[in-house]
Amino acid sequence: MLAAKPLRKFARCSTFLTPLDVPIMSHLEDSLAFADFTSAKTNALNQIGAEDWRSQGRSFSFKSGYNEYAREALLWRRQTRNVSLRDIVKNQAVARFGLNDRALGYARDAGYFSSHHYSSNCKDRGRGKFTNKLLTSIPEFVKIVEVGPRDGLQNEKHIIPTNVKVELIKMLASSGLSVVEATSFVSPKWVPQLADAKDVMEAIRNVEGASFPVLVPNLKGFEAAVAAGAKEVAIFASASESFSKLNINCSISDSLIRYRDVILASNELSIPVRGYISCVVGCPVEGNVPPRQVAYVAKELYEMGCSEISLGDTIGVGTPGSVIPMLEAVSDVVPMNMLAVHFHDTYGQALSNILTSLQIGIGTVDSSVSGLGGCPYAIGATGNVATEDVVYMLNGLGVKTNVDLGKLMLAGDFICNHLGRSNASKSALAIAKTKLRASTTSTTTCTSNSKL
Amino acid sequence: MGMGAAGLKEEVVARLILTNQMNFIYGAGFPFHLKVNASMLSFPKQDYDEGTREALPWTRHNRDFYKEDSFNQRTSSLCRNDVVQGNGFDSWYSPDHQYNSKRDEKGIQNLTNKFIKSIPKYVKIVEVGPRDGLQNEKDIVPTAVKVELIHRLVSSGLSVVEATSFVSPNGFLSWCKGSSGFASASESFSKSNVNCSIEESLARYGAVTRAKELSIPVRGYVSCVVGCPVEGAIPPSKVAYVAKELYEMGCFEISLGDTIGVATPGTVVPMLEAVMAVVPVENLAVHFHDTYGQSLPNILVSLQMGISIVDTSISGLGGCPYAKGASGNVATEDVVYMLDGLGVKTNVDLAKLMKAGDFISKQLGRPSGSKTAIALCRVAADGSKI
Repeated sequence: MLAAKPLRKFARCSTFLTPLDVPIMSHLEDSLAFADFTSAKTNALNQIGAEDWRSQGRSFSFKSGYNEYAREALLWRRQTRNVSLRDIVKNQAVARFGLNDRALGYARDAGYFSSHHYSSNCKDRGRGKFTNKLLTSIPEFVKIVEVGPRDGLQNEKHIIPTNVKVELIKMLASSGLSVVEATSFVSPKWVPQLADAKDVMEAIRNVEGASFPVLVPNLKGFEAAVAAGAKEVAIFASASESFSKLNINCSISDSLIRYRDVILASNELSIPVRGYISCVVGCPVEGNVPPRQVAYVAKELYEMGCSEISLGDTIGVGTPGSVIPMLEAVSDVVPMNMLAVHFHDTYGQALSNILTSLQIGIGTVDSSVSGLGGCPYAIGATGNVATEDVVYMLNGLGVKTNVDLGKLMLAGDFICNHLGRSNASKSALAIAKTKLRASTTSTTTCTSNSKL
Repeated sequence: MGMGAAGLKEEVVARLILTNQMNFIYGAGFPFHLKVNASMLSFPKQDYDEGTREALPWTRHNRDFYKEDSFNQRTSSLCRNDVVQGNGFDSWYSPDHQYNSKRDEKGIQNLTNKFIKSIPKYVKIVEVGPRDGLQNEKDIVPTAVKVELIHRLVSSGLSVVEATSFVSPNGFLSWCKGSSGFASASESFSKSNVNCSIEESLARYGAVTRAKELSIPVRGYVSCVVGCPVEGAIPPSKVAYVAKELYEMGCFEISLGDTIGVATPGTVVPMLEAVMAVVPVENLAVHFHDTYGQSLPNILVSLQMGISIVDTSISGLGGCPYAKGASGNVATEDVVYMLDGLGVKTNVDLAKLMKAGDFISKQLGRPSGSKTAIALCRVAADGSKI
């Protein structure tokens, strides 16, 4: 039994932005760096505060305890002002076309550039900028496994042409995602959307920068995948007996026997195998799934030789209250750094489940661009969590992902246009609406009615 | 025209929204935010007559009224070990109570849960749908529909429901017991939203002090607690300053609003740390917007920090006023689902809540903004296929 120890992936955060690119919101954390202000400094601080306020043509009034806030507000304003100035300089051309600087600042700060929010400060503090225990256990780096082209598209009603799939995969790889699940070698009888698996693999053979695992149901599928050029594969078991029978038409133990053959064959070719476990919290047939059952299947897959095990809340019923015991049980038998979480957003719970998982020490998260892929068991309900929303949250947490949110959004827009469906990512939608607002209004106008 | 000694029926505690055009109790001329405390709202319709409302003497109000005990007594609780069966909504698709019901089992004793232990056992949900939600919807909803919605929300167990205005056109208000004021943590937003600086708005809310003298509870709202559409990021210290001012003036509860929904747990934690240093946590509420899909993790981390009051809106009513077309308030159903799963007591019946949400969504002719509601409806419809 391996003890469960959260292992952090430490990565040196390098500043890959020039100071000019630092958006206003990156200074948010600086307020935390303000040291305690002893009363001895108060007089000097008061003077500074008063000076600053007077320079703005406002009267400076002291309220008890305000001088501390004045100091912070002063430093904040100085930094913000500096950044604003740089933004103005940088965006002279934009300003000439009528974009109000404030409006541009709004678009910027509303999150469009959130991929850069905290990275510029990583060098100074990395994860250490947070002192609260709720955040300090979150890994410094999180690997995102993009499952849109496989898990996403296989659950969409429309069948997408091969060239569109290939273009999507390329766009995702270029956004910085290091793992993009490309396709599935499950029989086209069951998954007609991915019948062109071989062609897709051929087309992405030379794409660099990411690995492209494929799903295989058995040894035959594995052989076909390898022949098509696959260098990583994935298999799928279930924590629920009923779901196993429903989904892959065999019991859990039979499926494990099948996968043992696949793993033996893959070991000979040094091809890593990822193991998916479905229904890790709830099953559409059995209801609640006990954590020990999930741990049993996870241990089996781990001992067989899977390089990574992805725990899937297939019907999206999990909440932190059920996710935590499940992860604790599994991490008792499988090292934390080999675990991934695959939450569905069917009940809107995915992001909070992901946050909880990160707090426990999970460092790999599955997501799907634009939230592609509905729930197969509640038709019309959502399924996969949107990669853009996950990246937005991770950026806000100061977690490094290497993913460029802007490029990711372009990939999302691209595939949604082809599918003729709206983007299921709220972040993507909000950022797009905010950009639209910034580009169409010259001043930020608000009504006088108070709206919180 | 001032309210004078507007009164209060013993059994009714009404908090109502007044518009800018109305004159208020203290004649300040700025909007007081008043809410209906649903635990007292069982008004027979004949008692409610806008045209002939009389001034009723204010009665002494005890802050204790707002403590959770009064809510517990009133409603039957869906405690964390209960699983409601039979109505299709709370079937085994309901949140897993496993964690909570087995909290004492040895096998799960070594919970890393520090992440769960600090979550309050009871969370009060402040339902803002009829006010914050409907005010941001483009269609105007008839009064009868609003009233029906409020009734349904109250019957689901929600103890605080922000209602819309029941005030007659002449500005005369009765049944008024509670009120609220709101301020902004962002100077620019304050100017654009309430047309005055933060300092000036706080000075106006000195009226809050007078409310306190009359034993009228006042809820304070702070907007833009993380980001502002004009200024960008807001320093936590500024939020703490505004919150502290409102608290010291006498607000019994201060709701911290992420108006444009840009917050993530990474910005919520420092903000709450700053505010909690100057305002007791039991007097704080969080009001997150789901514009970027971040509200549930933000709520989770707030709960982990000890916050026990959460503002939500049925079916996620109310879009974002600044990113038109984007979502705004977080859906009450989704929050209740998560709280149920965490074993947190809310006294809210999810099934009844969903019916209220279904009602208003149909009235508005728009799909529900709650993923939980959609999922449970789909599951109930498709259950026979499995």
